[in-house]
Amino acid sequence: MAVRNLSTQRSLKEMVKTFGLPRIIIVIFLITLWGISMSLEIPFGQLLSDTLVRWGMNGVLVLAMMPSIMAGTGLYFGLPVGIICGLIGGLLAIELNLTGFAAFFGAILFSLPLSAIAGWGYGWMMNRLKGSEMTVATYIGFSFVSLMCIFWAMAPFKSPEMAWPIGRGLRVTISLAGRYEKILNNFLSFSVFGVMIPTGLLLFFLGMCLLVRFFFTTKTGLALKASGENPRFSSSSGVSVDKMRIVGNIFSTILGSIGILVYSQSFGFLQLYTAPLFMGFLAAASILIGGASIKKASITHVLLGTFLFQGLLVVALPVANKVATLGSLAEISRIIVSNGVILYALAQKSGE
Amino acid sequence: MEKSLHNRVPRKPSKERLKSFFVNNLVTILFLVLCLVGLRLSGLSLAFYLNDIVSRVARNTFLVLALLIPVLAGMGLNFAIVLGAMAGQSAIIFVTHWGIGGMGGILLSVAICSPLALFLGYLTGRLLDKARGKEMITSLILGYFANGVYQLFFLILVGTVIPMNNEVLVLSSGVGLRSSIDLSGGLRYAIDDVMRLSFPLFALYCAIGMLVLGTYLLIKARRTGKLEREKHYIVLLVVSLALFVWSLITSLSLSAVNMVRVPLLTMAIIAALCAFTHFFFKTKMGQDLKTVGQDPHIAEVSGINVSKRKIQAIMISTLLAAWGQIIFLQNLGAFSTYGSHEQVGMFAAAAILIGGASVSKATISHALLGTILFHTLFIVSPLAGRNLFGDAQIGEYFRSFVAYGVIAVALGLHAWKKLMQGRKK
Amino acid sequence: MQKSEYVLHMDGIGKEYHGNRVLSDVTISLKPGEIHGIVGENGAGKSTLMNILFGMSVIHSTGGHEGTISVDGEKVSIRSPLDAMTLGIGMVHQEFMLIPGFSITENIKLNRELTKENPISKVFGKEMRTLDLQHMGADARKALDTLDMDIDQWAKIAGLPVGHMQFIEIAREIDKTNLKVLVFDEPTAVLTESEAVNLLQAMRAIAKRGIAILFITHRLQEIMDICTSITILRDGKLVAQKRQEETSIYELAELMIGTQVGELMRHPNENLAAKPVLLSIRNLKVAMSGEEVKDVNLDIHEGEIIGIGGLAGQGKLGIANGIMGLYPSEGEVTYQGKPFALNDTIHALQTGMAFVSEDRRSVGLLLDSSIELNIAFTAMQRQHKFLKKIGPVMQMDKKAVRTLALNMIQDLDIRCTGPMQQTRRLSGGNQQKVCIARALCLEPKLLFVSEPTRGIDVGAKKLVLQTLVRLSEELGLTVIMTSSELAELRSVCDRIAIVTEGKIAGILSSKDSQVEFGLLMAGAKHGST
Repeated sequence: MAVRNLSTQRSLKEMVKTFGLPRIIIVIFLITLWGISMSLEIPFGQLLSDTLVRWGMNGVLVLAMMPSIMAGTGLYFGLPVGIICGLIGGLLAIELNLTGFAAFFGAILFSLPLSAIAGWGYGWMMNRLKGSEMTVATYIGFSFVSLMCIFWAMAPFKSPEMAWPIGRGLRVTISLAGRYEKILNNFLSFSVFGVMIPTGLLLFFLGMCLLVRFFFTTKTGLALKASGENPRFSSSSGVSVDKMRIVGNIFSTILGSIGILVYSQSFGFLQLYTAPLFMGFLAAASILIGGASIKKASITHVLLGTFLFQGLLVVALPVANKVATLGSLAEISRIIVSNGVILYALAQKSGE
Repeated sequence: MEKSLHNRVPRKPSKERLKSFFVNNLVTILFLVLCLVGLRLSGLSLAFYLNDIVSRVARNTFLVLALLIPVLAGMGLNFAIVLGAMAGQSAIIFVTHWGIGGMGGILLSVAICSPLALFLGYLTGRLLDKARGKEMITSLILGYFANGVYQLFFLILVGTVIPMNNEVLVLSSGVGLRSSIDLSGGLRYAIDDVMRLSFPLFALYCAIGMLVLGTYLLIKARRTGKLEREKHYIVLLVVSLALFVWSLITSLSLSAVNMVRVPLLTMAIIAALCAFTHFFFKTKMGQDLKTVGQDPHIAEVSGINVSKRKIQAIMISTLLAAWGQIIFLQNLGAFSTYGSHEQVGMFAAAAILIGGASVSKATISHALLGTILFHTLFIVSPLAGRNLFGDAQIGEYFRSFVAYGVIAVALGLHAWKKLMQGRKK
Repeated sequence: MQKSEYVLHMDGIGKEYHGNRVLSDVTISLKPGEIHGIVGENGAGKSTLMNILFGMSVIHSTGGHEGTISVDGEKVSIRSPLDAMTLGIGMVHQEFMLIPGFSITENIKLNRELTKENPISKVFGKEMRTLDLQHMGADARKALDTLDMDIDQWAKIAGLPVGHMQFIEIAREIDKTNLKVLVFDEPTAVLTESEAVNLLQAMRAIAKRGIAILFITHRLQEIMDICTSITILRDGKLVAQKRQEETSIYELAELMIGTQVGELMRHPNENLAAKPVLLSIRNLKVAMSGEEVKDVNLDIHEGEIIGIGGLAGQGKLGIANGIMGLYPSEGEVTYQGKPFALNDTIHALQTGMAFVSEDRRSVGLLLDSSIELNIAFTAMQRQHKFLKKIGPVMQMDKKAVRTLALNMIQDLDIRCTGPMQQTRRLSGGNQQKVCIARALCLEPKLLFVSEPTRGIDVGAKKLVLQTLVRLSEELGLTVIMTSSELAELRSVCDRIAIVTEGKIAGILSSKDSQVEFGLLMAGAKHGST
């Protein structure tokens, strides 16, 4: 009897280990909050629609973590770099007076070369910082954001939608209304049982996931994966590990720039200046919640992690508002959960 | 005598020495130039600048010094001094709530924050010890995490779980603290105002002190025959003599510089901390930390408890940060409840790096020089930005770009050097 | 209790790691002032014995050891290096335990600093005491003087010659007032000849002061020069204990290697000279730390299986790693009659070389990936096999890879649940077969195989070796097999080159006697190349 008890205990421990403590806590927390929200008669359909929207809009940003992790450069804390490239693309699309899908895809097209170059430079730097990638990347991201603040404040954009009416420089937030606001969200969207399905958004997100998945079955993708998993194995097969790390970072940067455009069209605004500063941490937290580590990640981790994290944030707000009118609780729980999850991952032995 | 002469490394030719001096102090020299240019562009008067920089140096130096000991222990820059700052700030909030001002209030704050800081320092140390090799990023994220907990405490729990009836501090809803707290009439200037001295007089006393010290060292060096140090002491004497003359003339003149008042007790506390740090480096514990920092494996093999030592280093650092935040806030007089501790770690790190420190080596003089340079930039960049671009905001962006950028560059250079060394092996 | 005549007595020491016996029933006794040599091949159990003596955590975290240790006749339990230190047992490490940024004095007094009181330490305790540099310096001076070291005790370690470092390590040990036993672990490996002579002299001087010395080395000549008694270990067992005057270097070599010869799996090819030279190596240097190759000259004939043997750390592993471009190397190599570019892995792979690394887990495998990806990876990257084109993109041809993997699994008899199984979950022998399969699908002309049977159980060992023999016979492969196990080299190779100190000490035939091999490996004799 006692023996069996011991073995079930051990297998439980094993299960906790494989599933990851933070993930378990978050799943329990999410289910509890859902329970509370139902008992508070908060419309569940609304919650689910919001969750789906935020799943799709954040998903590509989270996906951007994956190539970098797979290539062995750790969590992609340089995400602000990619985000800024995307924002520039978005601005160019407005400046050229594009609207609709042309504007959205135009924005992506403009941002592509920028993010490819930025990602190359970023990856080049990462190769010179082996062993301290994440710390330095964080500060490279930060300083790039502040440098771009200077750029935004002096940028020569003319369109009245973007520039301050007096003086020069760009507004802090730029509305996309009439341009490509919710262009993906509304595409083929329908509603079932009171749940709005943002079909276009989800299709786009899943499409990007499939693209990444495909990439990892190609020759380059496999070489990249092998370089991250075991650099010495790769170089003994004549694969240049440094090159693969650069490819991974270019890919991450491109996904980051597409990610912010997806995010912005759903949000309805382009957010400039210091807004991109902490987005890297939120995306990192999402993929970690999904079960990734700083060395391993998969599409499932992206899908699951984003869903759990966004679901939690969506449900936290109305519940907090009903329990007590504490608007900031949602923001605080976001800070605690996201950073707590990253801390947990960093403290694991298997790390970098 | 002969033996030591025999082993001395031959001196490099002076041109090469100059070059390596420039390369090794690139960041500091760059900043010196930047500050001078900024000072010129800002059009500030000397008196105005001195007034600002004195108060900023008095306010911030203690926090920067809190970074030294973890660097010694090889743990890099401890961005988690944010936790210490939170402990200090929480103590100040409570003391303000109880309405205790003046020196008594300061001492009470110190008494409250110290055990809290030591406890937080212990937890931080445990975590950083677990995340070996990733200490810096972990301490950075830990700072953000702790900030969330801090907000949870003062924004949500105060007024709901923790009763606090105070119309001035608490929001009108009865839950959570207001976003800024005014210390005037309470702890404001509680340390600074104990005794103030005009800047030239302060400089005069410093110069006299330096002259006495320099003469003593020179005589001692002559007697023991350590001639190679003589040059340094003579330079010191010349500099302090110049300072002596300048301060004497200024103090007798009607210059506006005489209006700059130096908070004497604050400066004395900072000097005491410098002295303590200097002393600490020479103790058994300091030596152990140095060993751990140089090579944790050898330290372990020779019987040093590496984890314990690392935790101790972080605890000391966190405690100093808590005290530093108290000094910081009493000088500030009013502070943002949820923001003024947030960037303590980052600013302190930027300052010490600008002073010439690296992730693995930092001295008291790096901290002092760095604080002066970094805060000079803080003072001049908005003004320079306005004069140059017609927009003060640009100067501020530039300032934070510099702060972040200098950390990125310094950490990056260090990582790169380490990688290159590893390759050579 | 009566004081024992032995300062250290290790009685019936044995050790098992996870059911794997590495040491059994070893007894060693040391009198004060005695120099006792311990010799043995790699894996003979020397380091395990020392780990036990120093209470290293690897021993205690895996269930402790058998037997007892007595110091001065009293039974002791050594649970940490600190315990060993308090008991007066010291070690001069092979890799220096010195901190380059510290002065000699600081290193000698590492964690044994002398301190003095100050007002703050009176309140906060011992840890706040200041260092007493003056007395520390004086102690260091004294220790250095004992060793006739004419060097400033305040000089920094960084920049000192290697020979000095060794002496500073010794100075640290003799500065310990209670030092009774001093262990030297391969101390001469990094020294020049004259430095080694100095060291041996210093060891004699230390022994004269009544300190017992345990001297671990593979250099038999040095053992014969200074030891009074000698213990020979082989495969974790004590083979013999001899007094210096009653033995010879030949006997030691034979005892060290053993007389057991592996089963002959194929007859050595006598007629090598008739075959053309496939690979000719001249003045090869490889900067592989721990296995540095200093100057290797070797000709390899088409179709032969050549063995490269020698003790660990002598550089035998560096040869294959260097030619494959995994470590920086220089020298002149001719391959198939053409000059061969070193430091270029791609070139090596494309000219028909393949490599099975000695470090299966950290170089040879993608442990978290499937068997099929592991097998096909190199061929896919280098020879564009198993790929299909989709527009400009090359995608893995899943079907082709699956067929290949299934074939290999069958051919090499890889025991697994299927081609998708993670290689981490395979046994050592099957992992090794995956590595060989990966090399084979490059269809190589020349195959480097390093330590093919390391960490594999006996049955699987034979299978792996048989596979190699079969491949060489069926495909006409030329095989360069590097191994620490002489018996296995002798069972399959045509000839065996022994590497000592980064050079080929000699080339022997499988039929040569054990003593010949032993002497070459121990650096006691230099054969002709």
